[in-house]
Amino acid sequence: MTGAAGRIVIVGAGQAGVQAAEALRAGGYAGDVQLLGDEPHGPYHRPPLSKAWLASELEAAQLVMRAPEVLARKQIGLRTHCRVTAIDRDKHQVRLAAGGTLDYSGLVLATGATPRRLSLAGLDGPGVHVLRGLDDASALADGLSRCALADRSIVVIGGGFIGLEVAATARKKGLAVTVLEAAPRLLGRVLAPMLSDWYAALHRAHGVDLVLDARPQAIERDADGQPEAVRLGDGRRVACGLIVLGVGVDANDALAREAGLACDRGIVVDACGRTSDPLIVAAGDCTARRLDDGTLLRLESVQNATEQGKSAAAALLGQARPFVSTPWFWSDQYDRKLQMAGLSQGADEWVLRGRLEDASFSVHHFKAGRWVAVDSINAPKDHLLARKLMDAGRHPTRDQVADPAFDLASLLAA
Amino acid sequence: MTTITYVEPSGNRVTVDVTEGWSLMQAAIANGVEGITGECGGSCACATCHCYVDEARMADVPAAAEGELGMLAHVAAERRPNSRLACQIKASAAIDGLVVHLPETQE
Repeated sequence: MTGAAGRIVIVGAGQAGVQAAEALRAGGYAGDVQLLGDEPHGPYHRPPLSKAWLASELEAAQLVMRAPEVLARKQIGLRTHCRVTAIDRDKHQVRLAAGGTLDYSGLVLATGATPRRLSLAGLDGPGVHVLRGLDDASALADGLSRCALADRSIVVIGGGFIGLEVAATARKKGLAVTVLEAAPRLLGRVLAPMLSDWYAALHRAHGVDLVLDARPQAIERDADGQPEAVRLGDGRRVACGLIVLGVGVDANDALAREAGLACDRGIVVDACGRTSDPLIVAAGDCTARRLDDGTLLRLESVQNATEQGKSAAAALLGQARPFVSTPWFWSDQYDRKLQMAGLSQGADEWVLRGRLEDASFSVHHFKAGRWVAVDSINAPKDHLLARKLMDAGRHPTRDQVADPAFDLASLLAA
Repeated sequence: MTTITYVEPSGNRVTVDVTEGWSLMQAAIANGVEGITGECGGSCACATCHCYVDEARMADVPAAAEGELGMLAHVAAERRPNSRLACQIKASAAIDGLVVHLPETQE
């Protein structure tokens, strides 16, 4: 311990970790705060990685999330290249890969997530990229530039947000792109079928070769070991010089699991970020939140990292600050911004406000007749109104949403 | 280089030489200016880089696009006619010497 005030160690220097560190200071914590990141970089913004960074439109300094002097001013100790290998909950210590230990009086786990691999013949070897961190993005940007020079096409395996954003950026760079999606529609777990179809049409209109129900069988490589093509289950062979895997992420919960904390595809936390150990909290992509009905909710978003970071810090300061605001998310592809409010999982009915061929519109999700989520395209006002209504617990009926003359904002009054 | 002066919520003035093409949010963050968050990394998705542009220079700053106007509805501090999102204003010769005031709160 470092005096009566102690020390809070934060494992992970991404969005959630930085937010937790700052929230500790904002909450009046006077002890030592150590922010440990395993990357060589200080905290940086991830959202631009799949877009402006990949398009080589930014320099690294433009990605900085907090300047070193800001962290220093707040007396937040930042250690980069610092990987934690174990948590000793009895001794209240973390063990560092570089050797030595660090005592804690409170511990924040903000370890993030790791891109999934596939079991696919020929996957191991050069030319196969994932996108999670700055180094991944830089390697991918280099690979895309090389493919552009050599006039080679690329294959994106996985038509999720990362895969589709990479596809859009690669098209912007002039590359020929094939997207292989295993499901019958894009983003099927979160979007309404009409919006999945709209995204498929958008990418095809931008020249993407989109294959749905795709079954990649193997990556074929040339004599030098470089990718040559992806072979599909239907016998089709898609030539390419580079492959991007965008097939989701797994929460980094190994440290917590090995220390005996409750984990279930993520570090299990309550609405306040508390784990099964009162001295340990967790925030961001590494968590799985236990809801009141017992089910687990995994959110991978900037908002979740920010909110859970604040909640986790408050919990260590002895305050309950549940993350209760409406979940939101966004994705930029070409010149279209999707903004999502609420949780659409399990929706069974969808109502469109506006027209799909218009520049902007919103799709409203209903689950067993209840309004649960809104996806807006280039319609930030619709998105923000949906969040306000959800935050206020004012839910329009299906008939109200279906009536173009009905003013949803009127529900906020009264 | 474009010279931009940020007035922090405390009233402290910070003058920064901003590289052409950088957003005023990026330059503020990189230089440790207080009073700006930029949670979404400059994607015009979070409204936490709200600033007030010097009213006398409004005409020099390219007008806000629809997306920014929409998100300005969500700023935490008072929205004024000169409210902008700093991530959407790029440094250029036209705005050299601009003064922007940062609000008390971003969230």
